[in-house]
Amino acid sequence: MSWDWQVFCKDTVSGEVVAGCMAGGRDVTYLQWMISAWGWTLSVALLALLVALVLGSLVGILRTVPNKALAFFGEAWTELFRNIPLLVQIFLWYHVIPGIFLSLRSVPSFVLVVFALGFFTSARVSEQVKAGILALPRGQRYAGLAMGLTLPQTYRYVLLPMAFRIVIPPLTSESMNIIKNSAVAFAVSVAELTMFAMQAQEETSRGVEVYLAVTALYFISAFAINRVALVIEKKVQIPGTFGAGR
Amino acid sequence: MTALDFRFLNWDVITSFVTKGFIYSVQLTLVAMVGGVILGTLLALMRLSGKKWLEMPAAFYVNTLRSIPLVMVILWFFLLIPLLTGLRMGAEVSAIITFTVFEAAYYSEIMRAGIQSVPRGQVYAGYAVGMNYRQTMQLIVLPQAFRNMLPVLLTQTIILFQDTSLVYAIGAYDLLKGFEVAGKNFNRPVETYLVAAAVYFVICFSLSMLVRRLQKKIQIIR
Repeated sequence: MSWDWQVFCKDTVSGEVVAGCMAGGRDVTYLQWMISAWGWTLSVALLALLVALVLGSLVGILRTVPNKALAFFGEAWTELFRNIPLLVQIFLWYHVIPGIFLSLRSVPSFVLVVFALGFFTSARVSEQVKAGILALPRGQRYAGLAMGLTLPQTYRYVLLPMAFRIVIPPLTSESMNIIKNSAVAFAVSVAELTMFAMQAQEETSRGVEVYLAVTALYFISAFAINRVALVIEKKVQIPGTFGAGR
Repeated sequence: MTALDFRFLNWDVITSFVTKGFIYSVQLTLVAMVGGVILGTLLALMRLSGKKWLEMPAAFYVNTLRSIPLVMVILWFFLLIPLLTGLRMGAEVSAIITFTVFEAAYYSEIMRAGIQSVPRGQVYAGYAVGMNYRQTMQLIVLPQAFRNMLPVLLTQTIILFQDTSLVYAIGAYDLLKGFEVAGKNFNRPVETYLVAAAVYFVICFSLSMLVRRLQKKIQIIR
């Protein structure tokens, strides 16, 4: 078997090798297509991460409040989104929701996938946030309340500042997972990396080269997130507390 | 809003479309679990052997597979197996090989933590009574490691069962595909996807409840 990296310089319409690998005008090369697919992967993953962090933190907090009804809602949310496969959840957002609410027919699949991936990951984030809050000594909560802070104030000024610092490492691995999980978006024709890999493989029959490049981009993306998270972890560290000085 | 109509999903439809897929999904899960745990235990032992030439390849295997999306791994194997071996292979068989190899990476991390959770004194005690490495591992360390790790191991298997739906990428006929085909035949995709989600939920939720009860029992033993 021989390598043929020229495949990336080919025009996707004519199949001819373009000098410099960048086609001008309306045509694109496979390299240009792959870069745009990478952009879609990163957009899906980062926007879904945003949704997951916001919803997941909220649900995670709800699971630790004294109010039984709110806590139950949080538990139910987590169980619901954790026990249905991601692909099935994506199909629910893509086929079922617009099928029931006809007014949502025109929402692009990119948006639906962001929500699907975000809600799916929110269950995992809520699990980490809850664990982070419960990891604090119970005295912290009582101290806050005893000082006359309201429950929301206790969370805002006493519990959450510590809890969020504790959960940065597990949230980092969830953020790397979300890059990997965004690959499932191929199923509803979002033009991301896996979709590109499947189509380019079929069109060019240079599967190994295409897959290698795509796999490398997934590596790079996850690694970049890991580095960013490390920087954040260092920046917010409080000297003399958990994890400091590692 | 459109009205939902589940009446077409009668027993005949279930047995002719869904059962086959369900059996395949369960089969895939079980084979990948057993194969993955065996291969994963070997990888974990390699990584804990203290010998560089065993540790490095095992670490490379585990870290590589854990950082690639499962869908890409499924596509890789579907492409590479026929290319390297020259064998023509259906999507179903290809997926079984893929999942075994892929899950081994995840199970090996679980087993590694399990083996490390057994106190060093147990190993020394094994050697002290004259056992060799194999006997110490097989008779003393691994049984305790398995018991400690059982809840995590089963949780990973529930995730594995959910992940089997990703064989969609190569068109294997699994539980989800069964529902999808039924939905296409009766032109009722909305209802079938809803039922599919409910079925996955009921299976995974009840299994995770069982795991939670098991976890409580094991905590008492400790």
